[in-house]
Amino acid sequence: MAFLKKYFSNIFQAIRSLTTGMRITAGYALRHGKEKITQQYPDNKKTLVLPERFRGEVVLTHDENNEHACTGCTACELACPNGTIKIITKFDVSPEGKKKKALDTFIYHLELCTMCNLCIEACPTNAIRMAQTFEHSVFDRNKLTKKLNNPGSKIREGVE
Amino acid sequence: MPSLEHIANLVHDWLNAQFSPGLALFFEFFIIGVLIIGLFSILGLVLIMMERKVSAWMQLRLGPNRVGPKGMFQTVADTVKLIVKEGMTPDGVDKLLFNLAPFIVMIVAMVIMAPLMFAKNFQIWDINIGVFFITAISSLSVIGILMAGWASNNKYSLLGAMRSGAQIVSYELSAGFALLTIVILTGDLKISAIVNAQSDGWWIFKGHLPVWIAFVIFMIAVTAETNRAPFDMAEAESELTAGFHTEYSGMKFALFFLAEYVNIFVVCALGATLFLGGWQPLHFGTGTGFNRVMDYIPSSIWFAGKTFFLIFVIMWFRWTFPRLRIDQLLNLEWKYLLPISMFNLLLATLITIMGWHF
Ligand code: SF4
Ligand code: SF4
Repeated sequence: MAFLKKYFSNIFQAIRSLTTGMRITAGYALRHGKEKITQQYPDNKKTLVLPERFRGEVVLTHDENNEHACTGCTACELACPNGTIKIITKFDVSPEGKKKKALDTFIYHLELCTMCNLCIEACPTNAIRMAQTFEHSVFDRNKLTKKLNNPGSKIREGVE
Repeated sequence: MPSLEHIANLVHDWLNAQFSPGLALFFEFFIIGVLIIGLFSILGLVLIMMERKVSAWMQLRLGPNRVGPKGMFQTVADTVKLIVKEGMTPDGVDKLLFNLAPFIVMIVAMVIMAPLMFAKNFQIWDINIGVFFITAISSLSVIGILMAGWASNNKYSLLGAMRSGAQIVSYELSAGFALLTIVILTGDLKISAIVNAQSDGWWIFKGHLPVWIAFVIFMIAVTAETNRAPFDMAEAESELTAGFHTEYSGMKFALFFLAEYVNIFVVCALGATLFLGGWQPLHFGTGTGFNRVMDYIPSSIWFAGKTFFLIFVIMWFRWTFPRLRIDQLLNLEWKYLLPISMFNLLLATLITIMGWHF
């Protein structure tokens, strides 16, 4: 008897879950005029709205004083699964004569990046973020290797 | 208003007045052949377009929207592309079977059209074993699929064909039982008799419980029989690239593709004939104004409307359900659908004998 009960409850559960699925897709089909997830790029290039968390490329955030928050800790370089980032560090000498590690060059190989976001999550000072640019085609591959820190930029005061 | 029946009779009379009966019959064969091929190409274009649009709606996408107004000519462009492609025959295949298979699948789809009733008294061949004829012929399409899989000399193709064989052979049983329910209620295999029996109400209303169960089983079984998702084990892109038609390209592939859609049309037309009253308009009670309005809609529109509604339901299945595994697929048939449809058949017999239907 327990077997029979299971058999029929299986059938009714199946019918319930299948109709739930069909209700959802039917709802989508009826709403198809109002809600669209398709972006008609490049027709809507002017009005294109990208989602907030869209991952286009890694950039190093600079503020208006041309200062960034990168301490040169290389956590992002270690986090990257495919060697996209190369951090070259130097030693800043403070007025008291103490040596301190600092960022010299942030090299970013866009052609290797998979936009996986791991480097952003690894950064302890939130120095880097994902930009929303995505039109990355170029004719020369060397252009994809970028130096992310602006010339003459330095670390923001107080970031450790 | 000239109905399809009217036009067919005019053509028949004119041909018989001009030529001897034998020659007239020959010309009629020819005209029917041309019409069927025309119907096939239109069905292919319309159904593939419909499928792409329906899938787009269900996923909140736009679907094809570049060629022609709202992308309506996309399938025409696709067809032209397939026609101009090279019809390649790979080196390692069995040449004869490989080239024969798409035609077998196609011819089977064509032959099933014969007993279908497209409008009032508009039918190619009102054979007295109509339903039986359709089930018998539709089993032949598995031969074409097995042939394609075997001749391709490719492990994916063979696996796809084998699965398809197992699947079609098993699901034919419950589809057959579902059809039998209606045959028992009507007491006739002839399509025209089945449609006429529904003039005072469609079987889905008149037959209540057993017909509802049979209808659900029929829809599930024909989805499996036409190799559509969620039962598309024969193709299973993610496991077998494209299953039995992996090695096909160009027009030969197009024939398989077309046959799939024509088969959907045929089974839905059959479902509409048996369960939803064929060309019979929707009637409530007798002699009300509503019924008279319904009568003004031509019978061909009724038939096409019902058929396309069922086609939509099958597409709805495809874009909602995930694909089953082969063991789940056979479980569903042998453990659930078949026993249920057997009991359902008994129930239908009881109801017919006792006269409990309306
Ligand atoms: S997004 Fe991923 S791949 Fe790209 S730089 Fe960061 S860690 Fe490397
Ligand atoms: S970007 Fe962040 S993680 Fe990378 S070196 Fe600079 S501070 Fe460290």
